[in-house]
Amino acid sequence: MNYLTSLGALPLLGALLIFTLPKSKSNSAKWLALATSIAVAFLGVLIALRFEIDRPGFQFVENYSWIPSFGINYSLGIDGIALVLILMSVILVPIVIVAGWHESEGGRWGSKTFYILILILETMMIGVFAATDVFLFYVFFEAMLVPVYFLIGGYGVGERAAAAVKFLLYSLFGGLLMLAAIIGIYVISGHQGGHTFDIEKLSQLTIDSTTQNFLFLGFFIAFAIKAPLWPLHTWLPDAAKSATPGTSVLLLGVLDKVGTFGMIRYCIKLFPESSKTFTPIIIVLALISILYGAFLAIGQKDIKGLIAFTSISHFGFITMGIFAMTTQGHSGATLYMVNHGFSTAALFLVAGWISKRRGSSTIADFGGLQRVTPVLAWTFFIAGLSSLALPGLSSFVSEFLVLVGTYTRYPVAAVIGTLGIVLAALYILIPVQKALHGPITPGNENLTDITRRERIAIAPVIAVIIFLGFYPKPLLDVINPASVATLTAAGFSDPAPTVGGK
Amino acid sequence: MNSANYLYLSAMLFTIGAVGVVIRRNAIVVFMCIELMLNAANLAFVTFARINGTLDGQIIAFFTMVVAACEVVVGLAIIVTIFRSRRSTSVDDASLLKR
Amino acid sequence: MTSNNLVYLIALPLFSSGFLMMLGRRADKWGHIFATLISASAFGIGAFEFLQMLARPSESRAVTQKLFSWISVGTFQVDASLLLDQLSISFVLLITGVGTLIHIYSIAYMSHDLDRRRFFAFLNFFIAAMLLLVLGDSYLNLYVGWEGVGLASYLLIGFWNQKPEYATAAKKAFIANRVGDVGLSLAIMIAFATFGTVSFAGVEEKVSGASTAALTGIGLMLLLAATGKSAQFPLQSWLGDAMAGPTPVSALIHAATMVTAGVYLITRSNFIFDNAPTAQLCVVIIGAITLMFGALIGTAKDDIKKALAASTMSQIGYMILATGLGPVGYAFAIMHLLTHGFFKAGMFLGAGSVMHGMDDEVNMRKYGGLGKLMPITAITFGLGYLAIIGVPPFAGFYSKDKIIETAFNSEGIKGLFIGGAALLGALVTAFYMTRVIILTFTGAKRWDEKAHPHESPFLMWGPMAILAIGSVASGFLLSSGNRFVSWLAPVVNSHEVEHAERFQPVVVTTMALVAVLIGVAIAIAKYRSDVPRVAPTNVNIFTKIARRDLLQDDFNEAVLMRPGQALTNFLVATDERAIDGAVRTVGAVVIGSSKGIRKTQNGFVRSYALLILFGAFALLATIWVVTL
Repeated sequence: MNYLTSLGALPLLGALLIFTLPKSKSNSAKWLALATSIAVAFLGVLIALRFEIDRPGFQFVENYSWIPSFGINYSLGIDGIALVLILMSVILVPIVIVAGWHESEGGRWGSKTFYILILILETMMIGVFAATDVFLFYVFFEAMLVPVYFLIGGYGVGERAAAAVKFLLYSLFGGLLMLAAIIGIYVISGHQGGHTFDIEKLSQLTIDSTTQNFLFLGFFIAFAIKAPLWPLHTWLPDAAKSATPGTSVLLLGVLDKVGTFGMIRYCIKLFPESSKTFTPIIIVLALISILYGAFLAIGQKDIKGLIAFTSISHFGFITMGIFAMTTQGHSGATLYMVNHGFSTAALFLVAGWISKRRGSSTIADFGGLQRVTPVLAWTFFIAGLSSLALPGLSSFVSEFLVLVGTYTRYPVAAVIGTLGIVLAALYILIPVQKALHGPITPGNENLTDITRRERIAIAPVIAVIIFLGFYPKPLLDVINPASVATLTAAGFSDPAPTVGGK
Repeated sequence: MNSANYLYLSAMLFTIGAVGVVIRRNAIVVFMCIELMLNAANLAFVTFARINGTLDGQIIAFFTMVVAACEVVVGLAIIVTIFRSRRSTSVDDASLLKR
Repeated sequence: MTSNNLVYLIALPLFSSGFLMMLGRRADKWGHIFATLISASAFGIGAFEFLQMLARPSESRAVTQKLFSWISVGTFQVDASLLLDQLSISFVLLITGVGTLIHIYSIAYMSHDLDRRRFFAFLNFFIAAMLLLVLGDSYLNLYVGWEGVGLASYLLIGFWNQKPEYATAAKKAFIANRVGDVGLSLAIMIAFATFGTVSFAGVEEKVSGASTAALTGIGLMLLLAATGKSAQFPLQSWLGDAMAGPTPVSALIHAATMVTAGVYLITRSNFIFDNAPTAQLCVVIIGAITLMFGALIGTAKDDIKKALAASTMSQIGYMILATGLGPVGYAFAIMHLLTHGFFKAGMFLGAGSVMHGMDDEVNMRKYGGLGKLMPITAITFGLGYLAIIGVPPFAGFYSKDKIIETAFNSEGIKGLFIGGAALLGALVTAFYMTRVIILTFTGAKRWDEKAHPHESPFLMWGPMAILAIGSVASGFLLSSGNRFVSWLAPVVNSHEVEHAERFQPVVVTTMALVAVLIGVAIAIAKYRSDVPRVAPTNVNIFTKIARRDLLQDDFNEAVLMRPGQALTNFLVATDERAIDGAVRTVGAVVIGSSKGIRKTQNGFVRSYALLILFGAFALLATIWVVTL
């Protein structure tokens, strides 16, 4: 059975069904979208259960010739890293649909279109993580922009059109560089045993270092825009401020992970030598992202902008973990991607709900919410604690792994990065104090607390955050072999402890 | 007779045509000037065919004639339509593309 | 040896806390009783384990329990597993014992608060986190508890966070703690890079092979962590503000247990500090500075809770000082920690009792003469007072005297300095504690007409009485026959080393007692006469500085906060103008040039024809030039 193709096709099928519905039935469109996404989530879990942890290489491999004259194949396959990211994506989509039940109303187009776009986006997300053909990956990578562009531009708030265009142009610019690099590596493969886009075959190529550096940069800049790394980040706050909360969750939680995922899967795997060459620069950029994102988050007046900048800080941690080139760093970074997906989801969804109730997303308009809407306030608080990586919540495990993994190879970077945890406390506790504590700000007295629908949406997220904080083993067991495989293939090994190293 | 003279004639015809296209306003005249340029080119092709002793230039000349004929059909149709709608054949009046 | 009971110590209060929070208002009626019972049962388990431990020979007293593999990546293997040895059981009994008493006290103290259930949920959460802190068998497990108690402290300080200044105090505490946590994080990272493991046993086993530089690094980072959690210089400023929390919280968290976690951490890491003399010296210096720092602040505070908080800071300074004195010091540090847990918690509860009777008035200048109206409070507080200033045979005498003695007898000139600091600290302590007693319980009454001071109910004075008994007896019980020192010996590797003593114990004791007498005498002389209800403002500069907490907040504000805010504002502006500005400039250039080019599209066919002509000429010219 073609599990991965089925997984990717299912949302597309749902989108098609919604498309055939008459325009008046926007409610059944919602339910249909929800049912589809839940079915996809179940299929995703089924795939995870059938995944064999100890088997090296890609699993659930599918391979069909697509454009034979160029050696392009439709080939899918997942390793541990791709699996956990796909799993996170398919779990987040139904949550986003439930959480943003009324998000589609008031958009430029009807709700039908909204759900069609969401489901198409889900297909693209699955495809981009599952593709093992570089060209196929590129197709998904670029095609993903289309639904997001319409979701921001059509259903957002404020200057949504400008934000959507900014997002699109930034991404297309990166995509263009990547396309050039893809063509470059394709040409090189032609000189060494036949044209191909297959990732495994491409990773066997021998490329001279100058060419390799250019190709690496082509890929890396595309991913650095996607995962926003300083200074290529300015599209993210605008997009996050304009998009609906649900879209923001998918944008920051899943889409941006394509960048960090790409760094592991493509940059390091295809160009190990260049990765080594550029590591110092990238680590510095990552450190700047960590501190810069944190400072900017502290300075934000808009709650959505704040969450966006915290994410930039977190992406700095992820990038640092990846380029530390240790198993701890890699596994930590991958786990961080998942954890960040969930904790950002919780933050954005709750922030979206309270902003909607208040009719404003400016932090100063809130105050004393803990007395008015206690459950919402506590949910936000827990999500915030996860964002500041409190031990016992999921982000801690990953953040600490990243730091430990970085320390063993780059102690100075790790020390500077650790300062980020103080800033994290500031950027979470300052808005918590302003929004949740203190006297009740006039205008907030009659806000309603969490509804049943919102409870259903947020409960799984919080549960995951707490569970993974105490017991990250299921995910780590899946991720570890893939991390080790990536690093071994790239020729790295963990530094041994100075005392009693075996 | 020196074949080069044909080329001079071709160049003169082309120049006349080009100047006509640029300075005349009447669409029909502009159109005729374009025809003149095309025929100047044809003349050059045929001359070169003669000089080189091959048939290639003549074949291209036939192509050009066919294209010119098509162009006349479409172009005259457009001019007639424009004339019908605005009672004028001045090319400067038809500047809607600007907006 | 393994045990299966340890996990319940943590799981019970953790479950109870989550349970009470999830149930919400539904549990309002019985939540406090439930939480108290849970805390008491945790004490029961602790006592059971203690009795079992007593029955075993001293070298096999430690028990462990492995729960599950927590983080396992490559060589980084951390199990969630617990370790109960002589050191941790001392803490377990203190935490659950004093914790339960404070639960009982709070039932009455918080009876008028609508959110009492939430308060008890937080208390239980604190108990769970603190137990995890002392039971974790690796630095990373300890870290979870370490931040957990930080969170509990944040929640409880900010329990009445509808008042902005209380919410700020909570935030300040958390952030100061986080600065310390950076130290703990880094210590763990260095330990892992050096030893390849972060468990106590693993590190201890390999410690002899490590370089002094690495050990000093770990030691200094652990010290940073300890200064954050234990309110030591330079991260001490949060403790005074932390008194915003309800008084039982101040007693439990900010006096008896959480703030002593730094002492626990250093004692637990004795194998590191014993091999890193530089780090050890820093520990001593920090301890000595803080004990003076806290004592001096204590002399100037009119807020009874803040005076006690300053005293806590100072007393923990003693403990930190003792831990820096090497193997001999650890046991005395922990002993002082335990006795301090009794008498300081007792005094805080006493202060709470006074506030309870005085409509939450905290200014001691508005007390006076309460001894007659609140006899039980006055007596229990008085016993705690005698214990803290170190009058024999009360508890503080035994522990503090030993610390002063050990300080004096440490090697070289260092001994004289720190011994002198400790002695001077004892004098100042006697002064400010006597001041508290005089202002509160004796003299003329200075309270408002509206106030009706009355003795607190049994639920409140019961725990106070029990703690008072502890303040009286614990010192003698722990120190007679060197009982506690030998109890702790297997953990801290102390072996009886008799080295040349500079001063005989009796000399030190005499000096300490004289210092105490002088302190008490000065206080009596100064506050015998009438005390003004409003603090006089025409005081000398030193008093003013002491009232401003020795300028700690001014320093932090000027050196950290203002530059930080300026940097943040600068970066926000930079992001908008420079980085996003560069992006927008690219956009503007594209738009501008396309506007320019659009002008050529004027709609006139003839101008297009001309352009085409020029283009053709240009093309020909180019070809000509190229082929030339």
